[in-house]
Amino acid sequence: MAFTFAAFCYMLALLLTAALIFFAIWHLVLPEYLIHFFFCVMFFCAAEWLTLCLNLPLLAYHVWRYMSRPVMSCPGLYDPTTIMNADILAYCQKEGWCKLAFYLLSFFYYLYGYVFIFTP
Amino acid sequence: MGPDPHPGLGRASQHPDWKLPSRRSDAVRAARSSLTSSRGPLLPHVRRGVPAFGGQRRSCVSTAPGIRGNRGRQDREMSAPGSTNPSSSGSYSQSSTPNGGAAPPRQNGPAQTYPSMYASTGYYGPPPHQQSYPTIPAHSTSVPNKTSITNSAQSANYYENNHQQQHHVAPAPYNTPCTSASPSQPYSAPPPSNTQYSQQPFQQQQQHPPYATPGSYYGQQPYHGVPTTVQHPQQQQNPSLVPAPAVGPGAPLYPIVSYPSVPGSGQYGTLSPSQSTSTPGVMPIQMSAPLHQYNSSQPTSTPPVHPGYGGAPPSQMVPTVNGQGTTAQTTAHQHYDPSHQAPQSYDSYGRVTHSTGGPAADRPPSGTPSTSVHSSPGHHQGMQYGYVANSGTSAASATTSGPAAAPSSSSSDDDEEDEDEDEEAGGETSSSTTGSASPLPNSYDSLEGGSYPDSMPPSNDMTNQAQSYSSYGYHTMQPAYRQGPASRSDSSPSHDLYGQPSYQQYSQPFPDLSQLSAALGGLSGVPELEVEALRPVNLLQERNLLPPRPLEAPEPNLSADLRKVNCSPQTFRCTLTSVPQTQALLNKARLPLGLLLHPFRDLQQLPVITSNTIVRCRSCRTYINPFVTFLDQRRWKCNLCYRVNDVPDEFMYNPVTRSYGEPHKRPEVQNATVEFIASSDYMLRPPQPAVYLFVLDVSHNAVEAGYLKYLCDSILENLDKLPGDTRTRIGFLTFDSTIHFYNLQEGLSQPQMLVVSDIDDVFIPSHDSLMVNLKESKELVKDLLTSLPAMFSQSRETHSALGPALQAAFKLMSPTGGRVTVFLTQLPTLGAGMLQSREDPNQRSSSKGVQHLGPATDFYKKLALDCSGQQIGVDLFLLSSQYADLTSLACMSKYSAGSIFYYPSFHHLHNPAQLEKFQRDLGRYLTRKIGFEAVMRIRCTKGLSIHTFHGNFFVRSTDLLSLANVNPDSAFAVQMSIEDSLADSSLACFQAALLYTSNKGKRRIRVHTLCLPVVNQLSDVYAGADVQAITCLLANMAIDRSISSSLSDARDALVNAVVDLVSAYKSNVSSLQQSGLVVPASMRLFPLYILALLKQRALRTGTSTRLDERVFAMCEFKTQPLQQLMRMVHPDLYRLDNMSDQGALHLNDTVVPQPPLLHLSAERVSRDGAFLMDCGNVFYLWIGKCCNEMFIRDVLGCPNYASIPPNMNHIPELETPLSERVRAFLDWLQDNRAFSSTIHVVRDDASAKSTFFLHLVEDRTDSASSYSEFLQHIQQQMSK
Repeated sequence: MAFTFAAFCYMLALLLTAALIFFAIWHLVLPEYLIHFFFCVMFFCAAEWLTLCLNLPLLAYHVWRYMSRPVMSCPGLYDPTTIMNADILAYCQKEGWCKLAFYLLSFFYYLYGYVFIFTP
Repeated sequence: MGPDPHPGLGRASQHPDWKLPSRRSDAVRAARSSLTSSRGPLLPHVRRGVPAFGGQRRSCVSTAPGIRGNRGRQDREMSAPGSTNPSSSGSYSQSSTPNGGAAPPRQNGPAQTYPSMYASTGYYGPPPHQQSYPTIPAHSTSVPNKTSITNSAQSANYYENNHQQQHHVAPAPYNTPCTSASPSQPYSAPPPSNTQYSQQPFQQQQQHPPYATPGSYYGQQPYHGVPTTVQHPQQQQNPSLVPAPAVGPGAPLYPIVSYPSVPGSGQYGTLSPSQSTSTPGVMPIQMSAPLHQYNSSQPTSTPPVHPGYGGAPPSQMVPTVNGQGTTAQTTAHQHYDPSHQAPQSYDSYGRVTHSTGGPAADRPPSGTPSTSVHSSPGHHQGMQYGYVANSGTSAASATTSGPAAAPSSSSSDDDEEDEDEDEEAGGETSSSTTGSASPLPNSYDSLEGGSYPDSMPPSNDMTNQAQSYSSYGYHTMQPAYRQGPASRSDSSPSHDLYGQPSYQQYSQPFPDLSQLSAALGGLSGVPELEVEALRPVNLLQERNLLPPRPLEAPEPNLSADLRKVNCSPQTFRCTLTSVPQTQALLNKARLPLGLLLHPFRDLQQLPVITSNTIVRCRSCRTYINPFVTFLDQRRWKCNLCYRVNDVPDEFMYNPVTRSYGEPHKRPEVQNATVEFIASSDYMLRPPQPAVYLFVLDVSHNAVEAGYLKYLCDSILENLDKLPGDTRTRIGFLTFDSTIHFYNLQEGLSQPQMLVVSDIDDVFIPSHDSLMVNLKESKELVKDLLTSLPAMFSQSRETHSALGPALQAAFKLMSPTGGRVTVFLTQLPTLGAGMLQSREDPNQRSSSKGVQHLGPATDFYKKLALDCSGQQIGVDLFLLSSQYADLTSLACMSKYSAGSIFYYPSFHHLHNPAQLEKFQRDLGRYLTRKIGFEAVMRIRCTKGLSIHTFHGNFFVRSTDLLSLANVNPDSAFAVQMSIEDSLADSSLACFQAALLYTSNKGKRRIRVHTLCLPVVNQLSDVYAGADVQAITCLLANMAIDRSISSSLSDARDALVNAVVDLVSAYKSNVSSLQQSGLVVPASMRLFPLYILALLKQRALRTGTSTRLDERVFAMCEFKTQPLQQLMRMVHPDLYRLDNMSDQGALHLNDTVVPQPPLLHLSAERVSRDGAFLMDCGNVFYLWIGKCCNEMFIRDVLGCPNYASIPPNMNHIPELETPLSERVRAFLDWLQDNRAFSSTIHVVRDDASAKSTFFLHLVEDRTDSASSYSEFLQHIQQQMSK
């Protein structure tokens, strides 16, 4: 097959997921959420429904997580006054690890998707 | 059972996650809920104003205060700065850049002017000690006769005093050597030993004829002859002081000789009164030292005052002493007695960790340099310049390193690491300072007045000396210990070994660890207490649970010696005084593990140590403390991380006893609470001065409330008592819809008011004249305070621009840091940080849940974090009668380590009770101690970790709290978890180190260490449970929960805490399968306290509670010290009309009756009595209708019941015996309270009666169940 839009999406997602893997460790919240949202939209446009479905839970989680952030007047997720609580710190770390795993898996999934679209 | 007070409690499903920090999944859930909690609407960002006046956004006007009324108003409209009226030009010309003409507005910004300010004021000049230290040698030589007693306990200017004395101290006897010593002589030996040494022989020869032999003993030492040249008047006197310590004539002399100073040094000695009575006559010279005041008063004051430290009774003491260092047995002890008198006058501690005994008598009178302590209750001003020699050295090092360090630190603006690093780096460098002592010997030389012969080969000095000393110390120790056991058996069986852990080690020179920990590990506990604590109590049957006296903290099950040195429970308390070995065991116990800390509490006595080297563990940075183990003379093992560290040479010298080779007798190792004077290594910048800024609301509402007059009066009255030194600075700032600054520059004829009406972009009109030196501008400040109330009496401005005012305050204070005190009377309605009313009065008594417990905006939080970064603490006084959204406002204090005061419905006429409370609080607030730029780190034994902090602070890292200000009235709570098994140790230790700048500009470190046994049996855990601490910790957790989740959630969690405990106890410990609610006796009050908590204003539902009051109660839970909190949760109820003298305390001349505690139930309150309820910050005296007329007449001064006025707020001082006893009891209750409580006399029929009955928590109210109903509810929950 040819280089379709879907293939482009996969390629893009592949690259971006690589970036996300780092963000999951570094906790760059907003870029992470935006990038993830961005390629979810791309998959939506490319009508890659299966892939989109796989990503939807995380997307929903991101939305919920950002909606329920502490009261802040600036963008951000982590409240400097509470982040050092062991509960919250542990939760955020765990969240990071889970996401890391998810991104790693999806990286290979996108790789597979990319190759799958290319090969006839 | 009545209506279920806890609907939908479904325990299985709604378990209190927070209650069990252990359960991982729960922790996660809790975290999630707290993260999801904030649901407050996001307020728009800081409102940026449209330029009001054609491009020039700032307007600034200055008027003299007197004429502000009309012209100020106009002037504020005049926008162009250039057109300010003439009177303003004066003030502007003083500021660096006139805000007019072509000068861009920004030029007034802080960035530009700060540097000039620094330069001009010289404010950050060299730190005070740098200035003063260089003078030391002069002092020391010129005042050689001063004795070593350093304590100037009660002198107001103790700072200077001590300084001087400190200097006198060390060199005192060595005047001659001091001057003769070549300054360049590089002897590097630890100077202290030197001093001790030279003195010893001297004494021996002069004063202790029996010790003639020692001459030969000392003769081994190369320095023997030197001191003889030092003739000293004081020493000549010694013979009378040390009446030939009779030292059991036959007793081996050597040991005693070697101990002269060892043991206790009067410093620690609690001297029995009989001993101290003769003191004055004995030591005329010492009498001249300020210390003696303390001493003379000591015998009476000591026992009641220091229960925590409680000196052992003399009878115990002596044996300890004997066992420790001498051969004396009980008979020999009498020989010592006369000699005890000598040390007493030195004794500034007034109490003793151990041993004041005979050996102390041998101590040369000039040799007690180190003592410190001060007895003034409110402020502890005592300073212990214990380490005499070191004070010299540290001075020297400060001199040398100071100049280099100061500029660099002050220039580093990017203090990202702050004290954190600072603190961490501190010890490191300070130890290197010690190292550097040898290359820089002159300082030692000149300061210490070393008596080394010049001919000594400098290079070898150090090692030689050290060796000889250590061997000296050690050898001599041996005989003593050999004899110790003999005396022990007949002296005090209760003391195992020698009364001190360190002795144990020394007694068997280097015991292996297991032995040691076995000895330490609570084997000598008090089984009968434990049995009592474990006695199963069936709550359904036993109704009289309260002890007759208010509950004391349980004693940790430690050996007597450890218990004796352990940290006072008022300062440091753990919920479980027996720490479970593993997290699994903790989970099983279903109790929270945590600490309650009151680190900056006003202490009656505090050993203050000036030492060049602050000895800390090299890996975990723990400060050396009484619970470390000395493996041998030169090594100690950290009790937190178990690393083996070297004992620095300097530490080998004991300043208290002036002896060498006994590191285990240093004050650091003898006291669980000590304070170090920190060197410049612990500073990032020169210590800041005390800086106070008052931000006052002067809107119409404030004028109506009328607080201003009382505030100004109070400040005026306490102006001289504000903590601080000559550098203290003060400033005022008022706001309504504009912000008014006050130019108080010295030299002005009257204060000038500068009005900034551009609240959208606040700027500071003048930089160097708004915060002024209090001393220089005192007259102007007084002027201002007198005129301020009248100035605004006509104000019609109803708006309040709090946010901009705070921004201005931040800008004013950020160069220095300090304390901002905000007085506010209404909701801020203008500018940044404006708030809206969120409270729906109809929902006040809703039992559904309470909304708006989270802040509406993060403006105040961000501001507080900024403030915290600049070392500014913000304290809030809210005097609002309307809803003022304390939820949001409280953030400004919460995260900047401030304190919050709230006076609901304050009005100077209509609410005299609040006014009185306000005035009292102000009096305390203005004069209480304060520490600036503080950090507190809490360390704990490896395996334990800190889970969550509660209190007002900013958490900088997992174990480090940043406290811009620290005050003696706020406490902290810490939740702990057990990460690794504690099996490898029998003791768990916690250390809280508070590094702060005192109001005199001294950097100080206050270290508290708590030691607790580790247990592996569930029953032991229960036996050691501290029900009050657990309640307080749970309250803190419930507050967190109610904010992050919901109030009902928090309430359920509290109930579940009880249910869990009872079921856990039932299934695991209690062997009897009896029905009912069975709990261990140690926890028998737990359900009652939890019920009381649920009825507390902070957590109650169903009863009408204003949101602000609820939030304030929550804030108090987070910051009040445990005792106070417990009285608020579960007030103490006493019957006053029939007090008997049974068990009464006799303090001084007064008899303080001790009526028994009553249960908080209406059935205990009878109409014919008078009852006192102690609610912590308020007393209610309830007078029954049929109360004894005599009581009413004698105590209240009213002829009969009907004539008691409805708003009676004081107890008249009548001369009747009954009145005297009641007042004595009230005073006694007030005694240890920071803020004195107000008293309300409540008549049975008055409306205030309901408030009184609301506190009877065991009774049923409309919305809450009674105690028995609550128990039934628990039982139902259990059977589910």
